[in-house]
Amino acid sequence: MEGLASLGAYLGAGVGGGLAAIGAGIGIGKLAASAIESSARQPEMAGDFRGTAILFAALIEGVALIAEVIGFLLVLTK
Amino acid sequence: MIRFLLAFTLALSPMANLAAFASEPADSVHAGDAGKKENKADFIIHHIVDGDQIDFEPFGTITLPKWEPVQIGGFSLDLSPTKHSVFLAFNSLLILIVVLLAASTYRKNRSGAFVPNGIQNLIEIMTEFIRDDVARPMIGEKKYRKFLPYLLTAFTFTLVSNYMGLLPYGSSITGNINVTAALALTTFLVVHLFSGKAYWKHIFLPHVPIGLYPIMIPVEILGIFTKPFALAVRLFANMTGGHLVILTFIGLIFILESYFVAVLSVPLALFIYLLEILVCLIQAYVFTLLSGVFIGMAIEEEHH
Repeated sequence: MEGLASLGAYLGAGVGGGLAAIGAGIGIGKLAASAIESSARQPEMAGDFRGTAILFAALIEGVALIAEVIGFLLVLTK
Repeated sequence: MIRFLLAFTLALSPMANLAAFASEPADSVHAGDAGKKENKADFIIHHIVDGDQIDFEPFGTITLPKWEPVQIGGFSLDLSPTKHSVFLAFNSLLILIVVLLAASTYRKNRSGAFVPNGIQNLIEIMTEFIRDDVARPMIGEKKYRKFLPYLLTAFTFTLVSNYMGLLPYGSSITGNINVTAALALTTFLVVHLFSGKAYWKHIFLPHVPIGLYPIMIPVEILGIFTKPFALAVRLFANMTGGHLVILTFIGLIFILESYFVAVLSVPLALFIYLLEILVCLIQAYVFTLLSGVFIGMAIEEEHH
């Protein structure tokens, strides 16, 4: 039973971390694509787009990082 | 303005101090657990968690003194110094010295007819960057001066703390959830002490049909607390995650017990290290930016 719980914790941390990475990757990828596209259309606004892109990248990244912390907790307290 | 910055730095550091001190018993229990089951990967965790030793490995370690717990009311508070609290004090001192050095020349030359030198340029770049790229657009032209000292303090403190983890023998205190929680708590306090009527109206009387109030109001109330929580976890997880990846790449050599792994893992660790230099700056910027955004949302006047 102990081993099973341990297995579950490792599996959950690994698979969960991977899924969170996929989600954040898609999100930041789409964000970066739009930011570059917008800067290419309006180069004079590139500075504004960069600031906004970093802000939203941080918000998306936050979700992935919370998944990372959950993974940590699972492995450390298994 | 620089005097305000100093005052805020001073006011901020004991708060963060207290949180790190208060966390100490829990962390020492944790370190004890890790000692029981020896593992090849244990040294990674040892580098990340707080402890009562500061490593200067080839030259030995410093074991910090253990003080008697202070009794306050019913519960005891262990105030003995830990690795992170020592670095907390060191970082605050470093910021104080650097900013005081930069400020002293300004005080001497009030006319302003002089060329800033070395360290002043650095402080000036940071101040102008936060003022023009964070405070002014996020908080607004009218009120940004009031919140600029807080944003500058948050930026300088997180920046120095982040970079401290990349230096040899340094320890990144922002990799401790208690420190980032204290920082997020200060943002939470600033936001709610200066919040306007429109902010509370947005929470308790949102612009939705009345039937949605039972759903919207709890969600908005939850939102008050998730914002600083996300702020704390973002900084903490970024710093811990980065260090974990570097240490894991180095640790692969010892886990697989082969010298040949080093050929691959050392360049990879170096690459992540260079990435971390960027991430440390971006995370300090993001923390300040989001603090600015939350303050801007709170003090915003009604415009519907």
